[in-house]
Amino acid sequence: MPKGSDIFLQNVSKIVVFIILAFALYLFFTGHVSPGGGFIAGLTSAGALLLLALAFDIDTVRKVLPVDFKLVMALGLLIALCTGTGAFFFGEPFLKHAFGYFHLPLLGKTELHTALIFDLGVYLAVVGVTMTILITIGEDS
Amino acid sequence: MLHIAILIPFLWAALIPLMRVLPRIHPGWAVLPVPVALFAYFISRMPQISSGETLAVTIPWMPGLGIDLSLVLDGWSLLFALLITGIGAFVVWYSMFYMGKTSNSIHNFYIYLLMFMGAMLGVVLSDNMMVLYAFWELTSVASFLLIAFWYRRERSRYGALKSMLITVFGGLAMFAGFNLLYTMTGTYSIREVAAQAGGLTDHPLFLPAMILVLLGAFTKSAQFPFHIWLPDAMEAPTPVSAYLHSATMVKAGLYLVARMSPIFAGAAEWFWIVSLTGLITLFYGSFKAIRQTDLKALLAYSTISQLGLIMSLLGIGSAAAFYTDPAQVAFFGLATTAAVFHLINHAVFKGSLFMVVGIVDHETGTRDLRRLGGLMKLMPVTFVIALIGSFSMAGLPPFSGFLSKEMFFTAMVNIRSFDALHAGSWMLVLPIIAWMASVFTFVYSMILVFKTFGGKVKNDQLDKLPHEASIGLLAAPVLLVSLALIFAFIPDTLSYALIDSATAAIRGGGTTPESVHVSIYFWHGWTPELWMTIGVVLVGLLLYLTYTRFRVLDREWSGRDTLNRLYNGGLSLLENGGRRTTDLYMTGSVRHYLIYIFLFLIAALGGTLLLSPDITFGMEDYAPITFYEVVLVIVMLAASAAVPFARSRVNAILFTGAAGYMVTALFLIFRAPDLALTQMIVETVSVILFLLCFKFLPKLKWEKEKPTFKWTNLIVAGGVGVTMTLIALAAMGSSPFEPISNYFLNESYELAGGKNVVNVILVDFRGFDTLFEIMVLGVASLGIYGLIKLGVKTTP
Repeated sequence: MPKGSDIFLQNVSKIVVFIILAFALYLFFTGHVSPGGGFIAGLTSAGALLLLALAFDIDTVRKVLPVDFKLVMALGLLIALCTGTGAFFFGEPFLKHAFGYFHLPLLGKTELHTALIFDLGVYLAVVGVTMTILITIGEDS
Repeated sequence: MLHIAILIPFLWAALIPLMRVLPRIHPGWAVLPVPVALFAYFISRMPQISSGETLAVTIPWMPGLGIDLSLVLDGWSLLFALLITGIGAFVVWYSMFYMGKTSNSIHNFYIYLLMFMGAMLGVVLSDNMMVLYAFWELTSVASFLLIAFWYRRERSRYGALKSMLITVFGGLAMFAGFNLLYTMTGTYSIREVAAQAGGLTDHPLFLPAMILVLLGAFTKSAQFPFHIWLPDAMEAPTPVSAYLHSATMVKAGLYLVARMSPIFAGAAEWFWIVSLTGLITLFYGSFKAIRQTDLKALLAYSTISQLGLIMSLLGIGSAAAFYTDPAQVAFFGLATTAAVFHLINHAVFKGSLFMVVGIVDHETGTRDLRRLGGLMKLMPVTFVIALIGSFSMAGLPPFSGFLSKEMFFTAMVNIRSFDALHAGSWMLVLPIIAWMASVFTFVYSMILVFKTFGGKVKNDQLDKLPHEASIGLLAAPVLLVSLALIFAFIPDTLSYALIDSATAAIRGGGTTPESVHVSIYFWHGWTPELWMTIGVVLVGLLLYLTYTRFRVLDREWSGRDTLNRLYNGGLSLLENGGRRTTDLYMTGSVRHYLIYIFLFLIAALGGTLLLSPDITFGMEDYAPITFYEVVLVIVMLAASAAVPFARSRVNAILFTGAAGYMVTALFLIFRAPDLALTQMIVETVSVILFLLCFKFLPKLKWEKEKPTFKWTNLIVAGGVGVTMTLIALAAMGSSPFEPISNYFLNESYELAGGKNVVNVILVDFRGFDTLFEIMVLGVASLGIYGLIKLGVKTTP
């Protein structure tokens, strides 16, 4: 982090990052019924992490999230792929989704959908991709 | 058995490298049994064939395409098979003594030679045109390899390339001709095509097929003006010249013309093209042969001339097809018999003459006529061989060449009365050209013998004192040339054994060997032919004694060869022209390539738009335009229009970003919230990345200047814009189908349990696309990672 670090930015970031992440989480879960989805949620989450990197530095992001984002991306792709191939076990074609309504504690009647798992894959892949690009370029310059 | 005969040389060629384990034995000894055994086999078939039978074998190869390995042995094929194997045996024997065995590449020599032998047998035995073509090209390849056998010499490589280009050009033409024949008849079998020949003459493809097939035959047989490769092919080792370029391969064209005669003979074009090309080649070759100073070049032109002679006889023999009266058919058909007979004679004397030249070259170290002379006493046996060979070539008694030359004159004299084409007295031109060419033939035959062996020895010009060659080297030409004598005294035996069945095969149409028999004998009485021969000898002698005085025949004059200059010039014109044309448009500038692509786009799409009659620009489906849309579009247009005029790059980026955000807004008012969200974030990211890029542009080239204006760019850009706009409007105006979006809107909740239709489409209805789009993103990020982390750090 450059020496003239911005105390306001840093402190605001500490709060705003969580708000953005929460918004991203909302976008992710609501995607099936209203605007949102894995792609946008992924980009928004990456935006939160980018803000963190701007306010502090990339090492902080690394410390907060000690993961290799290339692996995150790969994991996302793997999940998306597995959602597709999972349909095979039920004698269905590739990427055939299933859904049902369940009563869950706290949430009440909830729709559970395999498309959500696919979206999770998209989400992780997008976060991984964006962060890989940003960290790679950022570290180079 | 026939297919095994063809396969044996190829299989044997594969085994030749094994001879390396026996370095003390010349590999030629291992090769020799192949032609000998094959010759014995073909000789054993001779009684059967000469009684009018044919042998046929068919092995399916590509039955679905009508291509089968169908082999037929009739009189004409048998004659060639005997030439190939017989002369092949002599040549292999000769080459063992001619080529040193120390050279490591001697194995290659025999592999190529066997390959050629097998290919040539394939050419003459194939009945299927495609198989014939395959073997035909294989002979070209083998010839290419053999000409360039001493590949370190520049001239060898030049000669090999030249022969390859010309013969393959002809081969491809022939291939096209065969396919035209297939289109006409529905079969690749030559015999079956010949069976339906009667109905083909009026077909529009008949003449193109004939010309294409003849192109193949003429290039292979070195007919004018395609003969230019043959003199340059003399860079090959002499056994190769003797075998390929005098006795066998160059006769493949003659074989083809004769083989195709039953199909094409009877057409006036065939008669004229074949006869006249043959005669021109005959005359030109004999004329050029006189002016050569290199013995092999002389023999090359002589070969060209003799091939022309046989070709013209084949053409004239086709005159018989115009008649049905047996007497007249026999009268004109005599030419075909003469062609077959002369073909045998030529193979015999030319093969031995090449071997003689090889011996002279071997013993004196030169083939230059200006340095040779007086070898008669030093090399008496070689001299006698050369004498017999040359006299046979000149058509002097008592050698077999005399007999075939007499028949040639007979045919030429007979053709005067050929009236089916109403050429009248023009026919007289043919015997006159033939007679003049024979005079030249006589002259160069005398040059060949007496300039080499007569006169005095020029010891100061030679590197070593010549002496008689070894018995091994002499054996092959002695045996070959003695055939010229034997054939001369037993022509009828040869006729019954070979010539008649070959002639019958060429005539086709159910002729039997008995019906085409022509008795060959020395003494005809005081006929015009005999007077012509006497004239040839007298004028020839006179010309031989005085030819150095004629400027036309002078050697100094021979350096200028128009056809070769044409070939070389044409080749370099092609190369330079090709390079210049490529340089003209392959500039290496991406801007130029983009202009080509866009111009093509405009031409193809705009042209289609202009030429299609049923494209309408109906406006009835358009939605009403709202105020916000107008405002947004104006802002967007302003931002876009500002980009090309931006004075700095940062401004250009910001204008681009502005246009992008306007798109976001458009998505919003068009009620696409997901798109708007994504567009906004992606636009932001790309603007940031652009800024990043320009921050790191190299300082040296970082110029803050206005983009240069080019009219071409404006026209191309405007054209693309107008074209695409028109296409979009046309697409709006004429869309005849219901969109499928209603299905998604109706079934989204029922089938997929989601209310966000966009997201449902993305992850459910068409999740497959999404899967690979995130894959694309992943690959892009890994690409960036790889470029930055692993990239070569050489940029300044």
